[in-house]
Amino acid sequence: MTFSSLIAQFINGLQTGSVYALVALGYSMVYGIIKLLNFAHGDIIMVGAYVVYYAIASFALPPMLAVILAVLVSTLLGVTVEKVAYTPLRSAPRLSLLITAIGVSFLLENGAQLLFGADKKSLDPMVSGSFQLGGVNVSYAAVVTIVVSVIAMVALTILVNKTKMGKAMRAVSEDMGAAQLMGISLNRTISMTFAIGSFLAGIGSVLYLCAYPQATPTMGSMLGIKAFIAAVLGGIGSIPGAMIGGFAIGILEALVAAVHLSMWKDAVVFLILIIVLLFKPAGLLGKKTQEKV
Amino acid sequence: MEKKFKIAMPVRYGINFALIVLGWVIFTVLFSTGALNDYWKGIVVNIGVNIILATSLNIACGYLGQLPLGHAGFMAVGAYTGAIYIKATPAYDLLRAGNTTAIIPYVIVAIILAALVSGIFGLLIGIPALRLKGDYLAIITLGFGEIIRIVITNIDSVLGFKFTYGASGLARIPKFSSFNLMYIMTVISLFLIHVFMKSRHGRAVLSIRDNEIAAESVGINTTFYKTTAFVFSAMLAGVAGCLYAGTLGSLYPATFKFMKSIEILVMVVLGGMGSMLGSVIAAIVLTGLPELLRSFSDYRMVLYSLALVLMMIFRPKGLMGTYDFSLNKSIENIVNKIRGKKAAKADKEVQE
Repeated sequence: MTFSSLIAQFINGLQTGSVYALVALGYSMVYGIIKLLNFAHGDIIMVGAYVVYYAIASFALPPMLAVILAVLVSTLLGVTVEKVAYTPLRSAPRLSLLITAIGVSFLLENGAQLLFGADKKSLDPMVSGSFQLGGVNVSYAAVVTIVVSVIAMVALTILVNKTKMGKAMRAVSEDMGAAQLMGISLNRTISMTFAIGSFLAGIGSVLYLCAYPQATPTMGSMLGIKAFIAAVLGGIGSIPGAMIGGFAIGILEALVAAVHLSMWKDAVVFLILIIVLLFKPAGLLGKKTQEKV
Repeated sequence: MEKKFKIAMPVRYGINFALIVLGWVIFTVLFSTGALNDYWKGIVVNIGVNIILATSLNIACGYLGQLPLGHAGFMAVGAYTGAIYIKATPAYDLLRAGNTTAIIPYVIVAIILAALVSGIFGLLIGIPALRLKGDYLAIITLGFGEIIRIVITNIDSVLGFKFTYGASGLARIPKFSSFNLMYIMTVISLFLIHVFMKSRHGRAVLSIRDNEIAAESVGINTTFYKTTAFVFSAMLAGVAGCLYAGTLGSLYPATFKFMKSIEILVMVVLGGMGSMLGSVIAAIVLTGLPELLRSFSDYRMVLYSLALVLMMIFRPKGLMGTYDFSLNKSIENIVNKIRGKKAAKADKEVQE
């Protein structure tokens, strides 16, 4: 393998990695706040991708409008799922909540299959073309993906660390009861978290379409699981952790593909997850928690 | 206070055995008279596979209180082990020649092998996975399940010879899963689970579910019992997988995706986690109902997932909760109630 092809694979990895990172942020934030592994998060990306497809292919909307529509629909869907399925179970055992999340995920997948059909819907790439950089072919799609996701991450970091809303979110994730006593509205904060997470997922779905311009009903499940692995790798609940984890998984996948083992890449990612869970369950940047009696 | 009516243990086993034989006779008569045709026979056999799957997951999920999402992986291990073994024997030709009795020893060995190999996998996966809890256990078992499937799909290119036949599938497996075999295996599985759960080991497992720290503090070796229950669950899933291979005659790794694990989980959750009866009923209903509602087959998975969400919101403990039916207990209760009434009547008469 030549050096330039290695660099090219590295850029590919960064491209998919930034999608993983965006999705992982949603997982991580939701997990941080209500300790729920939101299985339906990946499927929100799938819905976003279908919105883009139908907006462009059926209604011939300009791509920019399609993108905005997809992000809006994803955000709304995320909040709706939270209100309908998760809010009634806030005091229920964690296991019930997890099973509900799996149920919602399957509902979205199978609902999409029923509505849109099981076949994949391909659309023209939204960003095309490429340029040469020191002998390496770099596609504009990769540049757009990486730039947009970095901007989104910076914006999110500012939102969480500098605004009142962000303070409320951090407070709720630290101690739900105490935060409520301080006059923070739980429902609003949790809904806001879901909205932000789903907003990022909406952006993620558009960026995913830049890399792989097709939508299938099950595209979200593997993407969601990998993003979750990224979140665990970085340390669940930690925002910089989710970003690092996302990029790490993306680059790892690209490197596995580069040595012609692409059919094993899912197995490698799961193996990483298992190793991380066994030896450093809190992840790279996560906090260690002690179980209380 | 008079002594309560109680059926003696040997009598209880006698009654249950008689009922099992009666059930078998009823099915056999229904099949031989043609009241249930071959199509329905196939469905009944499928129901058997799903009963074993659901009740085996119920051990880890309902009794142990964990949420493994890789059950399809153990099923796949059992299915491939049994299928690869039985393909190496002359069973296929024997079965084609109509010699159903000559294959029995091969089938028994296949089932035992499937159980053993799945059990080994259960041990290898259970020891690391059970150190984790809740969501993390769910996701790590999901990971292991997917790894098993990916390895089955790609192992041939590493080995250099045809072993699992990858994505193109393992074909020409003798279809050894007759109704009789299925009935016997289902009964054996349910019996083993029942015996295990009623023993002190079963109670130890239940105590871990209810409060792990308390269980540990009264001297229960929680790691040992968690692993035991997990391995037991995996072994039965392997048996179910082996029988599944015998009903279909061909195996594809794509069957054992994450989706399959969820389908089994739906049965356990709807039936009620911790209720064997619940798992059995849910397995029967969820396997039989789609056949009755053929025209709704597109909506099947949508309805499943909707049912899962609604069940969690409105009745999180499932259809049966943790209730388990025991015919003998019910008889005892009825008899005791009648006696109690008689005694109360006698008391009244005395007072008057």
